[in-house]
Amino acid sequence: MAPPKLVIRGLGKSYRTERGELVALAGVDLDVGENEFVALVGTSGCGKSTLLSIVAGLESMDHGVVTIDDEPIVAPGLDRGVVFQTYTLLPWLTAEGNVAFALAAAGCKPSDVRAIAREQLALVGLDGFEAAYPNELSGGMKQRVAIARALSYRPRMLLMDEPFGALDALTRHHMQELLTRIWERHRLTVLFITHDVEEAVYLSDRVAVMSNRPGRIKTLVPIDLARPRRYELLSTPEFQRLHRAVLDSIREESIQVAQLGRALER
Amino acid sequence: MPPPPEAKAADGKPRPRPRPRRLRAFGAPISTAEFIGIAAAVFAGLAFAWTAVTALGWVEPLFLPSPMRVILRFNELAASGKLADDTLISVYRITFGFLISTLFALPIGILIGCYRTWEGGIEPLVDFIRYMPVVAFVPLTILWTGTGDVQKFLIIWIGTFFQQVLLVMDNVKAVPRDFVNLGRTLEMSEPKILLRIVLPSAMPAIWDSMRISLGWAWTWLVVAELVAATSGIGYRITTAQRFFQTDTIFAYLLLLGVLGLATDQAMKLAHRRLFRYLQAR
Repeated sequence: MAPPKLVIRGLGKSYRTERGELVALAGVDLDVGENEFVALVGTSGCGKSTLLSIVAGLESMDHGVVTIDDEPIVAPGLDRGVVFQTYTLLPWLTAEGNVAFALAAAGCKPSDVRAIAREQLALVGLDGFEAAYPNELSGGMKQRVAIARALSYRPRMLLMDEPFGALDALTRHHMQELLTRIWERHRLTVLFITHDVEEAVYLSDRVAVMSNRPGRIKTLVPIDLARPRRYELLSTPEFQRLHRAVLDSIREESIQVAQLGRALER
Repeated sequence: MPPPPEAKAADGKPRPRPRPRRLRAFGAPISTAEFIGIAAAVFAGLAFAWTAVTALGWVEPLFLPSPMRVILRFNELAASGKLADDTLISVYRITFGFLISTLFALPIGILIGCYRTWEGGIEPLVDFIRYMPVVAFVPLTILWTGTGDVQKFLIIWIGTFFQQVLLVMDNVKAVPRDFVNLGRTLEMSEPKILLRIVLPSAMPAIWDSMRISLGWAWTWLVVAELVAATSGIGYRITTAQRFFQTDTIFAYLLLLGVLGLATDQAMKLAHRRLFRYLQAR
């Protein structure tokens, strides 16, 4: 078997707050294989976004190692494309301009920028919207441009931090289908953060469930559902079973929190 | 007109048609024509009240001259060329004073908005000075620089710069954190992130800050001219007061209002033109 693309070992991170030290992550171990789609789920505040920020190189870590292709991560880099939860399209640039911005920063040949930008926008189904400014685009379209932008410079892996979290349910389903289609056709290593269990199971090859703070990987659920996946999959018993398994694992965590809360009240 | 079918309740009786809530709803949109109409009506109403109060002889003309007298006076001043001379010299002073102030405030505001170290070094100091009344600096600035244009620039600078710095700092700080993170993930250098992401992102808000601070600059200019000057709008107001020429004072006050309104609208228009992308089409 090929060595994993992304390796996280013994990752620890704590913050100093006014009420003392807050341990966000403690001993996180996770491997993501080449061209594997791994979703990371957990209750809010479990540190999953912190984990992604560390892999992106945007935050420092206290303990452990994170490597991509055996190279340790020390800073943000073009080898990791990031899609943020918030809309990060630059409002003064058009959809095409936003993709071109990333391509130019990545050192793409100026003569190729325009063609690649258009090709990437077509990939996410936004041909015809090249000249639109972000303010003219819906939330779903903005995130599609953000995905196109992150893919445009061919990173070695894609990091997605609840990219569909701010979208309405219907748009979110469209985006999930779109992402699945793109991923099945182009294959890329993806680490996807979400708190939506259905989304996690539908999209990924494996779901990693995080425990409550301090966060660590609690269970890994392999999603052995056939591909290509279409939305009808959601009503199948296999999907329901996996959905249930992940949900139960998270629920244990929420119950623990509730019990802890009650214990503290007494 | 028959009521629409949904206006009938379950019992078949027609329900009163819901009144349009346009006037009462928060932030409900109105057309440009309506907006201008409302604004014009307020001005007209005020002018009417002014005319009425003076025509009925409720107030001494010395305290409040009639609009007609003010307009006549305005025309006289305009015909003699005094009005244009005073306006020009005042506009010259404010342009320079404001530009110098802005030229200082932009880089410093951006710097302390970006780097906490610089913020620590500069922000508390700026706050400290900001709370000193500008008027109190007038005697000092006269001692330092005399009563020439430099003193006017200095007063405008003291009154505007310290406010601008803080406004610009806040504008820069309001740039979404993830915009900067985006630049980092694209391996852009810090200066490039500043120039190509942070500045363009903060620019519309900075423009608005400049528009607002320009209004304050007008105040400080007139204050400076009131105390010690031999020309300009403020100077003319003081001399008019000495001779009880209330109509002249009013004429210059109206002029100030018109100049302020005009520059503000011009800045707003420029904002719409410069940052067209902010409007959803």
